[in-house]
Amino acid sequence: MAIGVKVMKRPERQVSYVRATLKGMVLTFKHMFEKKVTMQYPEEKSTDRDHGMGEWSISPRWRGTHRMLTDEQGRSKCVACGLCPQVCPANCIKLVPGEDEQGNRYPLIYEIDEFRCVFCGYCQEVCPEEAIHVGVHFENSEYSRDRFVYDLERLQSQTHAVSTLWDPTDPRGE
Amino acid sequence: MTPEMKGFLLLSSIKMLIVFTIIMVGVALLTLMERKVSAWMQNRRGPNRVGWAGLLQPAADGLKNILKEETFPALANRNLFLVAPALSFIPALMLSAVIPFAAPLPVDFDFTLGPLGRFVHHGAMPMVVADLPVGFLFVLAVSSMGVYGIALAGWSSNSKYALLGGLRASAQMISYEVAMGLSLIPVLLMSGNASFSSIVAAQQAGLWYVLPLFLSFFIFLISGFAETNRLPFDLPEAESELIAGYHTEYSAMKFSFFFIAEYANVVTVCAMVTTLFFGGWDIPFTDWDRSGSLLATLATWLMFFLKVLFWIFFVMWIRWTLPRFRYDQLMTLGWKVLMPLALAYIMVVCVAIYVIERMLGIVEPRPAALALFGVNLVVGLLVFGVLDSGIFIKGSGRRARVPERRVESARVVG
Repeated sequence: MAIGVKVMKRPERQVSYVRATLKGMVLTFKHMFEKKVTMQYPEEKSTDRDHGMGEWSISPRWRGTHRMLTDEQGRSKCVACGLCPQVCPANCIKLVPGEDEQGNRYPLIYEIDEFRCVFCGYCQEVCPEEAIHVGVHFENSEYSRDRFVYDLERLQSQTHAVSTLWDPTDPRGE
Repeated sequence: MTPEMKGFLLLSSIKMLIVFTIIMVGVALLTLMERKVSAWMQNRRGPNRVGWAGLLQPAADGLKNILKEETFPALANRNLFLVAPALSFIPALMLSAVIPFAAPLPVDFDFTLGPLGRFVHHGAMPMVVADLPVGFLFVLAVSSMGVYGIALAGWSSNSKYALLGGLRASAQMISYEVAMGLSLIPVLLMSGNASFSSIVAAQQAGLWYVLPLFLSFFIFLISGFAETNRLPFDLPEAESELIAGYHTEYSAMKFSFFFIAEYANVVTVCAMVTTLFFGGWDIPFTDWDRSGSLLATLATWLMFFLKVLFWIFFVMWIRWTLPRFRYDQLMTLGWKVLMPLALAYIMVVCVAIYVIERMLGIVEPRPAALALFGVNLVVGLLVFGVLDSGIFIKGSGRRARVPERRVESARVVG
């Protein structure tokens, strides 16, 4: 294989430094009065598209910290089937199943270590009850590391929008 | 000590205090202005969190720099390393002492202050800390002292980047000092005096020297950029090549001192451009500003401030427009373009002044200046035509081109 050395063909007529300087100065001066593109972060935030931030909206394919959906009685939809800890490539989900008197399974302990999580979204994909979701959310700072292990209560109390996972057979989401 | 001397001392101390305060506060605000201007030119907003519209940002920066750790490189020459920031800081501040910033103010007082004795002052007080008869020669002398600080900082840091930065700074500042000095000789020829006050007076009688001495102004401005190590001549700092050049190893307040020195130098160069070529504190088209009243002094002060501010903005404008020169381009521009140009221009101005004053007999300052302006128009167009044609500074397109060839890569054996 040969390596081609590419010699740039620069325009011969436009090499004058004087005119180029003046042109450049006009350009930068014009830019001083153009619309500023900075987002004023804490006041303006990107949210999911439904909340209408236009160009700042987060993609619905964004996979952020998790959220556990609940049913009408406020109990988690999770049936503790154990698919999500099974599929999780980072092994970040801890699930201890329990069963009540009617024989309904529910999670006794459901913890997600958000530091271990790689945000692949497999848990949401594999969930038969559509209980666990990855969220459209990015503000996760905490004062201590152990706050990043989200327990069931915390997962249920999250209110941010959930991700609509990308479907390879329907790439545009139609 | 005579009462007159004491009065002079008192006024000088007050002026010193005022000028020093204004320079230090101004320099702090200039760092904010630089960041704001750069932000606006890049469609950003710039610092706007600390204080109203970011006005307290310099204070926050200063506080941060005071609280930061002072680091010393292990094998640095400790004494010189400590002295270098001061060496670049002091000349930068000294320069502000000789620039007249407003019209002279008549001050008359005669009072006795307990054990200190009698203070007397009569007549106009020049609004300059020291109205030196040697004027801008002092500026040229002191401004080149700043290179000691930079060169020593580069050398004593015992770091390759700092050393290269220091070397570049010394070479660059010495080179451009020549062109700068030569570009000011036409100003001397026109005014017949080196003191700033008389140069301002001469411009009020004639025209602002930017018109009759345009090329001097042009050369002085470019050399000024090089002297203050501002882009497009910031090779001593050259972030992309030398990390931070001569102040790579500096931290905390020592680093701040270099920063303050740089901005103080910018202020001085802008004040010199204003004083030498734009009439100093002169308000154009009026004679009222020389009437010698408090109002006139304040108005001329404002005028001077606005002019300097414009040139500072201009310096920043250039900084955020032009890329850095290559080192050989810098030296070519200094030695092969600006210096011969300045020399030739001295000859042209000498001949022109001789012809205008002696042969044509125009001795009134204003018509003589206008005639010289006509000469300048012709010379200026000629020079810019030649510069524009790219004979002296070649763009990359004009370089001798290596014939296009294809390199066969070595075949991997084994």
